[in-house]
Amino acid sequence: MNDDMTPPETAHINDTEITPEIVVEHGLKPDEYEKIVALMGRTPNMTELGVFSVMWSEHCSYKSSRKWLKKLPVSGPQVIQGPGENAGVIDIGDGYAAVFKMESHNHPSFIEPYQGAATGVGGIMRDVFTMGARPVANMNALRFGDPSHPKTRHLVAGVVHGIGGYGNCIGVPTVGGEVNFDSCYNGNILVNAMCVGLARTDKIFYAAATGIGAPVVYVGSKTGRDGIHGATMASAEFDDASEEKRPTVQVGDPFTEKLLLEACQELMASDAIIAIQDMGAAGLTSSSVEMADKGGVGIVLDLDKVPCRETHMTGYEMLLSESQERMLMVLKPGREQEAEAIFLRWGLDFAVVGSLSDTGRMVVHHEGRMIADMPLEPLADGAPEYDRPFTPTPLAPLIDASHADDTNITDALKILMGCSEIASRRWIYEQYDSMVMGDTLAGPGGDAALVRVHGTQKALAISTDVTPRYCLAQPVEGGKQAVAEAYRNISATGATPLAITNCLNFGNPERPEIMGQFVECLEGMGAACEALDFPVVSGNVSLYNETNGQGISPTPAIGGVGLIENLEKAVGNAFTQADRYIFVLGKTEGHLGCSLYQRFVLQDEAVYAPPSVNLELERKHGQFVRDLIDAGIVDAVHDVSDGGLLVALAEMCLPHNLGCHIEDDNTAGFWFGEDQGRYVIVSADPDKILAQANASGLALNYLGKTGGSELTIAERIHICVKELGAIHENWLPDYMKTV
Amino acid sequence: MQASVIVFPGSNCDRDVAICLEAATGKKPNMVWHGDSDLPDSDVIVLPGGFSYGDYLRCGSMAANSPIMKEVVLKAQKGAAVLGICNGFQVLTECGLLPGVLMRNAALNFVCRNTRLIVDNNTTPFTGLYQQGEEVIIPVAHNEGNYFADDETLNELSSEGRIVLSYAPDNNPNGACRNIAGICDSSGRVLGMMPHPERRAEAALGGEDGKRMFTGLVEALS
Repeated sequence: MNDDMTPPETAHINDTEITPEIVVEHGLKPDEYEKIVALMGRTPNMTELGVFSVMWSEHCSYKSSRKWLKKLPVSGPQVIQGPGENAGVIDIGDGYAAVFKMESHNHPSFIEPYQGAATGVGGIMRDVFTMGARPVANMNALRFGDPSHPKTRHLVAGVVHGIGGYGNCIGVPTVGGEVNFDSCYNGNILVNAMCVGLARTDKIFYAAATGIGAPVVYVGSKTGRDGIHGATMASAEFDDASEEKRPTVQVGDPFTEKLLLEACQELMASDAIIAIQDMGAAGLTSSSVEMADKGGVGIVLDLDKVPCRETHMTGYEMLLSESQERMLMVLKPGREQEAEAIFLRWGLDFAVVGSLSDTGRMVVHHEGRMIADMPLEPLADGAPEYDRPFTPTPLAPLIDASHADDTNITDALKILMGCSEIASRRWIYEQYDSMVMGDTLAGPGGDAALVRVHGTQKALAISTDVTPRYCLAQPVEGGKQAVAEAYRNISATGATPLAITNCLNFGNPERPEIMGQFVECLEGMGAACEALDFPVVSGNVSLYNETNGQGISPTPAIGGVGLIENLEKAVGNAFTQADRYIFVLGKTEGHLGCSLYQRFVLQDEAVYAPPSVNLELERKHGQFVRDLIDAGIVDAVHDVSDGGLLVALAEMCLPHNLGCHIEDDNTAGFWFGEDQGRYVIVSADPDKILAQANASGLALNYLGKTGGSELTIAERIHICVKELGAIHENWLPDYMKTV
Repeated sequence: MQASVIVFPGSNCDRDVAICLEAATGKKPNMVWHGDSDLPDSDVIVLPGGFSYGDYLRCGSMAANSPIMKEVVLKAQKGAAVLGICNGFQVLTECGLLPGVLMRNAALNFVCRNTRLIVDNNTTPFTGLYQQGEEVIIPVAHNEGNYFADDETLNELSSEGRIVLSYAPDNNPNGACRNIAGICDSSGRVLGMMPHPERRAEAALGGEDGKRMFTGLVEALS
């Protein structure tokens, strides 16, 4: 009879013979497996195969995208750390650094929206505080399916609860984001979370492990079986059976993350840490491989020391688990006790689970057996790099807007203000704590969020942007526009744009037209980053966003960060006082292709060419706006984007219920065209800003004045601001109420 | 005036309120760890907002049983002022210093927004710098702020002037009985409130209505 305490004798997982079926189950292609055998010089066992499969997954290895990512501009005088670390780091002066990154959690959020979104937020915050920064702001970029799709409401509710549930509890404000609804996301929503942290430039922590014999330490939560093969799941298409993958979604505990954050900050105040890496995708495997490989050393792990929350876990499971709220550190030898005291005080697990070696190999022991012995370099960097074939996206035709109705501007404006793409996001953002930490100067609802650098007069401006419909129609212009809009939103507050992170969401790269979208979006993005001195310092690629062969629109989300030195100079995007002069900067040609007017008013589903982006003008306009704000001669600035000029003006009326009178009547194209590079500027000093625009040779056109309770145009159009406000505010709550 | 801020695991407004206290008193408050059983002499003890113990079991219930809370109750009985903000209010109801309970918001969603509040009692040490009946703007951020008590308790609170702050009638964010935003004990020296005065204590953050709570405490207790 068996003793209850001992497991029944079963064959060790490593005794399983590797068959072609097992290789396929691990998401590896036959030629990839052959490469593994060649690199190992023998057949890998199951544990080793598991480790290779996650390290070589698209999610971890960027095997389809690396070739193109290398072309993005990643440097500049402001850049302290570009892509390749847990997060990017930029210098914001006076010894401060901003640390930030954006990451996707798309597949898990579709399967289990609350936990998927929550752990997305938790993961990106760990990436930031691993670098020694304290997270000070969260942002998110969300894409849901068509509002009429039966799952959309449930997914919106779950994702919003998940983001709030995690961020609110840990006490980091969620200060902004963006949300789109489109049928291309019906089977594959996008949840992209961004975190921004602050650190001292001389206290940045990196992942590279050094010091042969130094202890490798595991801290945080215990390891369970959740999330095994999450990275592999994130690297495959979905089908109708995908919801059966719910067990591969991790479960988050923001309370533990809060404790982990505080404990890490306390230990980081000392000099005991040599290297630190969070256990994110592919958990213990990727953190130990990356730390040892970056430091050019080897690593020996003893899995018997790993704190587990489930019994009888195999080494394979421990290595691949994606249990949340865990970190791996390399400490200076002899400092273990002081570190342990900190983590125990915060009620967290602390265990020395291995040490660094000089072998360049990862050797793993478990239950008296060596279960893996593999070379590190090929694990980390040896994944095949694919130069996947791609076909250019055909040029979309220009729209024939002759059927746009110039006579009914009022109804068109009301449709747009209450459409799913423009309607107020208040129902969402009031579920996020946007004020905790006491430094949120401008929260959700503005062009960019503004967060004070604690204890200084500086503030960070943060914006997330991309317009997927432009990217679908003409990926090069769409890629440019995403960067340009982030640049514009930051400039509109008065801040100088400094750097971006990105989250590149695309369909299946093995399809040449999808790969074409990827290549072209990156071409546009790179050109814009270059022209605007707005380099990429971190990012994430999410491919295979497809369900049943239906890919999403290309969605390369941009998270931009800028800096304003004196926060008192920052301006908002609302009309605040009557009798101010309203101008539009930039030419309005009335480009209706790919506009929301086309989609919601003309109800024309065809794909037309989007507005083009003039990067040289973009740069000049941004500089001009920032100079005006710095000179203190403008009251408000708002970038003109979705819905065009009249929507921008209406949005400026709403916050204070203050109307405006526009002098000249014009066409639907003029009011709703989405020509790029434009800002609405409000000032009490029209002569001065006109003179400055003339001197700079820029197109600045007078529109009218603020005042009253209506938005009026010439003698023809009178729209009650309160009525617009109700239309704008009601759509989302009404939508979420209906069952 | 000496202030102490109790720090529970999961507190996340402890720093924010400490900044306001320091600005008002000119000196740093004691930051007291939940596991301590010694509480330095303090004129005011603040239980800050946050998610003590992750809100597990029930908001505030585990914090109410932490070692330091025995001391807080003793000090309160000896006359120290105690201010519980948000999660701190939940802790005060859980440990019995204040009656009633904070239930989940009526709309079942977390809510973070500015609210218009009426100061119903300006005779407490916390509200001396407000006018009686004054309307102020102070934000809320909570998932469980829906104050509930039986009618007898509510009538008692009302008749004794212990409803210190209430939401403007058209501005109740959580369904609280009688629009209650903050109540005090019978001595007037223990105040629990859902809104966060520390989040509106400087012009750069949108207004200074919350600041008077801290400067008023200094005036009342120094």
